[in-house]
Amino acid sequence: MSGHVFARAPRLNIDRILTDPKVHIIVCTGAGGVGKTTTAAALGLRAAEEGRNVCVLTIDPAKRLAQAMGLTSLDNTPRQVPGVCAPDGSGSLFAMMLDMKRTFDEVVEAHADPERAEQILGNPFYQALSSSFAGTQEYMAMEKLGQLHVRAEEEGTWDLIIVDTPPSRSALDFLDAPARLGSFLDGRFIRILTAPARGAGRGIGRLAAMGFGIFTGVLSKILGAQVLSDLGAFVAAIDTTFGGFRERADATYELLKDSGTSFVVVAAPERDALREAAYFVERLRTDDMPLAGLVLNRVQQVDDPQLTAEQAASGAQLLAEEPNPAAGAELTSALLSLHAQRMQVADRQLHLADRFAAAHPGVPVATVTALAGDVHDLDGLREVGDLVAGA
Amino acid sequence: MTERRWPDVALHVVSGKGGTGKTTVAAALALALARDGRRTLLIEVEGRQGIAQLFDTAPLPYEERKVAVAPGGGEVWALAVDPQEALLDYLETFYNLKRAGSALRKMGAVDFATTIAPGLRDVLLTGKAVEVVRRKLKDEPGAYDAVVMDAPPTGRIARFLNVNSEVSGLAKVGPVRNHADLVMSVLASPATAVHLVTLLEEMPVQETIDGIAELRGDDLPVGGIVVNMTRPPLLDEQQLAAAVAGTLPVDQIAASLEACGLGAHTDAIVPALLSEAEDHAHRVALEERELARITALDLPTLVLPLLSGGIDLGGLYELAEILTDQGAGPERAS
Repeated sequence: MSGHVFARAPRLNIDRILTDPKVHIIVCTGAGGVGKTTTAAALGLRAAEEGRNVCVLTIDPAKRLAQAMGLTSLDNTPRQVPGVCAPDGSGSLFAMMLDMKRTFDEVVEAHADPERAEQILGNPFYQALSSSFAGTQEYMAMEKLGQLHVRAEEEGTWDLIIVDTPPSRSALDFLDAPARLGSFLDGRFIRILTAPARGAGRGIGRLAAMGFGIFTGVLSKILGAQVLSDLGAFVAAIDTTFGGFRERADATYELLKDSGTSFVVVAAPERDALREAAYFVERLRTDDMPLAGLVLNRVQQVDDPQLTAEQAASGAQLLAEEPNPAAGAELTSALLSLHAQRMQVADRQLHLADRFAAAHPGVPVATVTALAGDVHDLDGLREVGDLVAGA
Repeated sequence: MTERRWPDVALHVVSGKGGTGKTTVAAALALALARDGRRTLLIEVEGRQGIAQLFDTAPLPYEERKVAVAPGGGEVWALAVDPQEALLDYLETFYNLKRAGSALRKMGAVDFATTIAPGLRDVLLTGKAVEVVRRKLKDEPGAYDAVVMDAPPTGRIARFLNVNSEVSGLAKVGPVRNHADLVMSVLASPATAVHLVTLLEEMPVQETIDGIAELRGDDLPVGGIVVNMTRPPLLDEQQLAAAVAGTLPVDQIAASLEACGLGAHTDAIVPALLSEAEDHAHRVALEERELARITALDLPTLVLPLLSGGIDLGGLYELAEILTDQGAGPERAS
């Protein structure tokens, strides 16, 4: 049974977190391909059926998972999933997919006067940045989370937001986005780029000593005059309109450190996924961010641990080598080989899981056994929720 | 003799959904391509040091290093591309601006270009890979017979490889434009092949299908599909059907367990074996469905088994041999 897989680690009590009225944000994070989005959706459904008013923000859900939540259109607005509530009629589930370009456009439209907004939206740099460059997703996911949180507080539509992090090269990119944006907006670099737009002289005097001449020389040599002027115009526009953007990014970061937030790290019992999970657990500790625990997906279920891999393999071999096999000997040999294979996988997973538990004592863990197929509907999500909760 | 695949490809880009084992496949492919005295370079672009862990070496610096000897002689080298170093490298190589590099660093411009400005990272990473590939195309020293890139996952691969087209859209003229065009002239050419690694599961297969459509939409060259971690069915078709129907011969199984010395707990073991068999039958059916979707794509498809002991160095060589058997890389010399 899956229970023996984490004998060392305390059991993650996810229901306590889902039903805790003080918890307003749950962030699901982890390496790509470990079932993060599915876990986020399953926790959202479970919380709603326990009476919370939930909004699930997903970044890039697989098509059928999106359909399972009734997400057929990508319109960047939370939509209610019909028919989901607690037995007493309380609770609700909303879900949305992040549209990165639309979120960016909305920020521009909300914070710039119409004329300037038009300038920014038409700038080629803006268009590339907002729609096709990797990395923008992290910023926009943070922005959207902040927006949803404000809306939740003002309108009381939701009391729990569950967010799944973008499929970055590192899950940590999500956490680092606000700080990066801040250091960019405060940095010298932006002042130099915006210098022509602000009127030459201001800000440049001090920088001249630091090689401003070399700097602009290099830039125009590499980029060319046209690119430099497009870039300058873009950065200037961004700089004057996005002061508030930075403040909000900082506020969202602070929100993540708040005790009303809870991080759920998702992993699969594989070396790489657990390594990523370990990085994240460490990082949350360093940044003082509240970790709920680890959800370990795709754990091999073993029906009878009484028969070890070695016993099964040697039995299988004996039967296969039998010169006059009885009826069913060949079949039994195959069945024993199958069992041996499963036990080997389970043993390796147990070993990896044990190492994680030893290195991160006290981190609560929930194990979820591997499902035969993918999740296609709410029942499938409910099943995943039951498994996470150990129900 | 198996048909040799991709003989004229200088850059193999290996992508796949997270968890499908793309780093392992990239490493095994680099080994297969290096056999019998050839030299290949394995490039990592995501800063995860997955190659070092796989080959059990110290973390790789921004420097080409030998990491393994290939079957029949031959060398696999590895390089972990760091965007910051790649930027300074780029400035020096193309503009002779080594000194400006440190000024840029002080200004925060290096930081800006490599971590804050989304997309620029990808420009630098693809640029470095193409620089190495072009050594061969230009017959320069330090050339490799083939370069294998452990690339970003399927969901991002087309955008990653196509980033220089975006740059061309922004810079209408000038050196950056020229460089971007140069990079695209290699990436979007028959000298490059993008391979996608998948498992026989619904989500990775769907992502593979979507990824291929995206790559084709951007005119990027699709190579083959690597179906990874396959497990051959242990039961034949009749047995699988019986397992699902619950008609496997319980008495015969119990008797056979007795015969091989496992008769002590047959009342517990037999039901466990039956339920595992049923599970296995469902999984085999699902895998067959997914394999049919892969086959329908009509692309060169290579199949690798699941190594039950996990992946270690020995396992990598085993996978490299299997890739060679299926036509990846050169024919064995003897």
